[in-house]
Amino acid sequence: MRNILIVGATSAIAEATARRFAALGARFYLVGRNAEKLAAIVGDLEIRGGQAVHSESIDLDWLEQHPALLARAVQALGGIDLALIAHGSLPDQAACQKSVKMTLAAIQTNALSVISLATELANLFEARGRGTLVVIGSVAGDRGRQSNYVYGAAKGMVGLFLQGLRNRLNDKGVHVITVKPGFVDTPMTAAFEKKGLLWAQPDQIARGIVAAVERRRDVVYLPGFWRWIMIVIRHLPESIFKRLKL
Amino acid sequence: MGRAVTDRAPDGSWGRYPPARHRRWALNHRSDRLPGGSNRVLPFGNGRSYGDVCLNDGGTLLLTRGLDRWIAFDPATGVLRAEAGVLLSEILAFSVPQGWFLPVTPGTQFVTLGGAVANDVHGKNHHVAGSFGEQTRAFELYRSDGSRIVCGPEENGDWFRATIGGLGLTGLIAWVEIRLRRIANPWMVAENRRFANLDDFFALNDDYETRYPYIVSWIDCAAAGKGLGRGIYMAGMHAPPGAPTAPPPARRSLTVPFALPISLVNRWSVRAFNRLYYHLPRPARALTPYQPFFYPLDNLLEWNRLYGQRGFLQYQCVIPPEAARDALREILNRIASSGQGSMLAVLKRFGARTSGGLLSFPRPGVTLALDFPHLGQKTLDLLSRLDEVTRQAGGAVYPAKDARMSGEHFRCYFPQWSTFAKFIDPNFSSSFWRRVTAD
Repeated sequence: MRNILIVGATSAIAEATARRFAALGARFYLVGRNAEKLAAIVGDLEIRGGQAVHSESIDLDWLEQHPALLARAVQALGGIDLALIAHGSLPDQAACQKSVKMTLAAIQTNALSVISLATELANLFEARGRGTLVVIGSVAGDRGRQSNYVYGAAKGMVGLFLQGLRNRLNDKGVHVITVKPGFVDTPMTAAFEKKGLLWAQPDQIARGIVAAVERRRDVVYLPGFWRWIMIVIRHLPESIFKRLKL
Repeated sequence: MGRAVTDRAPDGSWGRYPPARHRRWALNHRSDRLPGGSNRVLPFGNGRSYGDVCLNDGGTLLLTRGLDRWIAFDPATGVLRAEAGVLLSEILAFSVPQGWFLPVTPGTQFVTLGGAVANDVHGKNHHVAGSFGEQTRAFELYRSDGSRIVCGPEENGDWFRATIGGLGLTGLIAWVEIRLRRIANPWMVAENRRFANLDDFFALNDDYETRYPYIVSWIDCAAAGKGLGRGIYMAGMHAPPGAPTAPPPARRSLTVPFALPISLVNRWSVRAFNRLYYHLPRPARALTPYQPFFYPLDNLLEWNRLYGQRGFLQYQCVIPPEAARDALREILNRIASSGQGSMLAVLKRFGARTSGGLLSFPRPGVTLALDFPHLGQKTLDLLSRLDEVTRQAGGAVYPAKDARMSGEHFRCYFPQWSTFAKFIDPNFSSSFWRRVTAD
């Protein structure tokens, strides 16, 4: 029996992943902002085989609340085996460029609140001697680009933080997975044209996440071909990269 | 909340005709709000309607596939409530392993629950179970003014009857409740019989309808003269307990990768295919998995692309019992003499049942479904000539498959259209509705 905490549970990738774990009979503690949407997801997961599905709506930008939130999850589930941190928002890059406030708000949501939760969960898992922490990063965090470097910087910070965490917890029985999806057809990316071959459905990402947990992977690009694309992107010399319109 | 998608690509229906352009608004939760403003909207499920009932040229499509959650399921009674964007294939994947099957299913499982209600779809068991609307216990109608109306045969019955077969115009169907039927296993007992002409078909039908819940026939509509109306009669029932317990082998599916510049379906391929299909040896009685029995085309994904860039037109009519023989003969004659063959011609007798839907298509009589590659004006002319026969016989044409019938014909086929019109949401519209009410 797996006890799973999902933060950002109403995100499309998180919901698709939860459905796959529900089919395996998992128990859930779902955290999200919108109570109505959470209730709909709870009902759905129970019919899909999820056991004891709990939920809580909270604004995750309120970092001081994180320890109490995790305590409630531990209490409800009787211990957390796996935590998936999936919340985030795609900021409007052009608007961020004109507003420090918006930029910092995006960093708060996509990086600081993730780091806060990851720190608490890592300590929880370390004390228990086991646990799996899965965090949704992004290919955008691999290199700064003019079209979305605020979001990219936040995801990049999370990626680097998780590297350190993984290194620290390697011999503590705690497993840390960084998931880097490419373009995914979700409500968060609704404003984009999604006709290309590069776009994936949330369930494809979910399948990759479940496989990464089973195979104890460290960093996974989803779908897998993004690994090769990002190798090229990361290795372009900055003198050339700065001239590209990406 | 719903999100606006500004989409530069045109959107199409299954027949790839007529062309249309839309703004799109993706719904992901049944609590999402509908777009405001004066832009007319239309719910769009999985785009399996053939013509323009699922199109809203120049307006906004409400994409409902994101509404795909289960709400309640009672494994003791088979009552299932789910969001309207769930596909029938998703219901089957969930319910068949637990011994439950859809009460009514059309010839593809890739339609949404909401679309099945909005088009009041029918299947091979119409003579015993009626259409989808008859098996619908309740649904929630979400109107553009923000109100939500729970409808059932008794509760808000007038809204219920307007929305069943209501082509998505009365508001957004947010969820649907149906009762599934018990099955012992995923297998079917299927029987195939060749018939030499229409008279043979009617004789077979009288015999089989009393014994089999699922019946459909394929007709060789390239055959003329003595062989006019020859075809294959197919009947089936869910296999009794004791049939193999092993699950059916997974079917491999093929995808037609893109639409060819011209149609692969033409008069020569139609003639060859029909002759071959008629003479193909097939077992008289066999055990078969439910998928190939109900959904023979579903493992050829995107098969509509075979008809090329110009797409194709479907023609499905129903003819009242007393006029059926003569009218069908006349229709088949007109097709044969036009030289425009239909690859898939399907014949079935509807039962004397009704779902009560104001715009429902199924009614007592014989229904014939045909599809034609779109060759331009001459195809439209042929279908108009078929409309003359249908109208004269007191029949009707199926809106879910139509892209071209005249407003005059529509209003004659569906005399309750003006009663229905009072239930249309003021913010909802479709290409189809504007077309058939314009003149």
